[in-house]
Amino acid sequence: MAEKMELKEVEVWDGNYAASQALRQAQVDVVSAYPITPSTPIVENYGAYVANGYVDGEFVMVESEHAAMSGCVGAAAAGGRVATATSSQGFALMVEVLYQASGMRLPIVMTVVNRALASPLNVRGDHGDMYLGRDSGWVQIDAFNAQEAYDLTLCAFKIGEDMRVRLPVMMHQDGFLTSHTAQNVHPLSDDEAYKFVGDYKPYEEMLDFTKPVTYGAQTEEDWHYEHKARQHKALMESKDVIDEVFAEFKKLTGREYKRVESYMMDDAEVAIVALGTTVETARVAADQLREEGIKAGVVAPRCFRPFPFDEMRDALENTKAIAVLDRSAPMGAMGALFNEVSAALYTTPNRPLVTNFIYGLGGRDFSVEEAKRIFKEQKAHADAGHITTPIQQFSGVRGPKLGFFETKRGN
Amino acid sequence: MAITNIKNLKEFSTANERFEGAHLLCPGCAHSMIVRELMNATDDNLVIASNTGCLEVSTAVYPYTSWDTSWIHIGFENAATAVAGAEAMYKARKRKGTLKDPDAPVKFVAFGGDGSTYDIGFQWLSGAVERGHDFTYICLDNENYANTGGQRSSATPIGAHTSTAQAGRVSYGKKEKKKDMVAIMAAHGAPYVAQLAPNKWKIMAKGFQKALETEGPCFINTVSACTTEWKFDPKDTIHLTDLATDTLMFPIYEIINGHELNILYRPKNIIPVEEYLAAQGRYKHLFKPENRHVIEQIQKEINEKWEYLQRREEARV
Repeated sequence: MAEKMELKEVEVWDGNYAASQALRQAQVDVVSAYPITPSTPIVENYGAYVANGYVDGEFVMVESEHAAMSGCVGAAAAGGRVATATSSQGFALMVEVLYQASGMRLPIVMTVVNRALASPLNVRGDHGDMYLGRDSGWVQIDAFNAQEAYDLTLCAFKIGEDMRVRLPVMMHQDGFLTSHTAQNVHPLSDDEAYKFVGDYKPYEEMLDFTKPVTYGAQTEEDWHYEHKARQHKALMESKDVIDEVFAEFKKLTGREYKRVESYMMDDAEVAIVALGTTVETARVAADQLREEGIKAGVVAPRCFRPFPFDEMRDALENTKAIAVLDRSAPMGAMGALFNEVSAALYTTPNRPLVTNFIYGLGGRDFSVEEAKRIFKEQKAHADAGHITTPIQQFSGVRGPKLGFFETKRGN
Repeated sequence: MAITNIKNLKEFSTANERFEGAHLLCPGCAHSMIVRELMNATDDNLVIASNTGCLEVSTAVYPYTSWDTSWIHIGFENAATAVAGAEAMYKARKRKGTLKDPDAPVKFVAFGGDGSTYDIGFQWLSGAVERGHDFTYICLDNENYANTGGQRSSATPIGAHTSTAQAGRVSYGKKEKKKDMVAIMAAHGAPYVAQLAPNKWKIMAKGFQKALETEGPCFINTVSACTTEWKFDPKDTIHLTDLATDTLMFPIYEIINGHELNILYRPKNIIPVEEYLAAQGRYKHLFKPENRHVIEQIQKEINEKWEYLQRREEARV
């Protein structure tokens, strides 16, 4: 029996420590992992729990991230709770197995401490790795600070392991900005946290020898399509379970999460849509602009997959101009978040003006001042009734100003 | 009933079947003999992982499966890690008391071809063995990427024709020597490492059982004659394997704890390698006058290896 840890009502944790505490409290059966900056402290912290008797499960330190996820898949198919953590290049190395994990419907929880993808090599935070995972069939949930990283990791187990979902879940947090910034965190006690997550329910497990199972079969054109279609359906329908789990978590803690987080959006004329720590920056900017009389608001998809298409549309359809911020190199297209948001808004009668900002690549700072400038630019679009700039711009990049794609509306 | 208690081939042919006869392997493929013998070497429950390859694509095509036991396939390279993950989960759940039947005995096994063992999955195997998981890894060594149509692997012997190391007007086929995987795995300090062949089925059954009973990671390289890519008549699989073991192209031996080497089969009459090579289409170009030197080289290396194995056995180091 693992030792329990006495936690204070308020602890000072960074995002990595918060995530590792959630793994400990969920009493994970197997952690199979390989360290990589900036997620390394998650497995180091977990290693300390193992060494001091706070963990009953197995801690398998493998020789690469591909092996880390392979071990997770084998362990999950053997019918128990499984977790890991990674970032960036490590995430890229495990991509092959991410698709296998979701295709086999195995509820693994993985913290992805977001970091840029090389080349050039960079250890700082952007969302290149998060975006790389967006077609992998995992639920993707985004935390904006350490408290959320803790809360949502507990929720992630409950979501993925729900018998109506049975899918793996990625828990995202921003590299360094969240993972290495110590903040006040209100944890649950070990007993409360485990009670919330609940016992793991094995399903089609390899260790039930009365009922042999075959995992990872081959299907060609006769069955592959049906499998993928059903997997998509399961991921789409996970939204109801996510809502239920968030509601239950609110009942327990008073802390409320929604698949789309709206800030000052009731009467907003202009909005920023973003992911990660930038959401908090944009909220501060919106507060300041409200004092100047600009009706600014912020919308953030808490859930990147399944993408909250309806909820994004509902949150944004009454605005006039929106800037969608993508912290990932778009490489020959509009930013991914811009495309998703624009598609949702295309189904509305008013179709607000939507522009795309690429920003913060490789950890480039994104300031409240820059957020305010972007808000004000949206206000100018709203007042003019059309987009007065290129649709895609690069914010905070040195050298000549970069802009791509022109609107045909209104001018 | 486990095969070690079976006295003759007739009994073997009617033994416990956890590997179903219905599969898509080529007629004459030795894979199914080896797999079946492994699964018959124990009465314990089995959790098996397979790398991508001939065995995997031929035994689990939805909605069918040939595996009447727990089985998983993830990718080309990671069966060792998949089974290591399952073994870790077994230990965790046993400790926590969450297994359905905590007393049910279980063995963990991974299968890979030489492509996934010697090449693409080498790192995953090495990692799982270094970590000391309690499992047995069986390489079905047919010396080429047979599943994709016969390309070279690092297990392909010098002089063999493959589609990516072809024999032609100016080439005698593969130029490089076969990687010595048995030595590499023994160097990991694995408690039991062996090279076995299905023609010597009693020795193979004993070796499999030894590996399954040994705690910790065990590695066995098995000779799996490939009728399609080695180019011989499917009815001759065992005859060809006899030539492989009796020319000493595939010596049968084990290495315990990385150093104690035992030769498990000594041919009464050692056959010249030429006979083994002549029985296969993949070596036919070696019999041209300009390529004869390769046959001589192969024979020389066989002799040297046999000498080395005998000296190792004698020296007990």
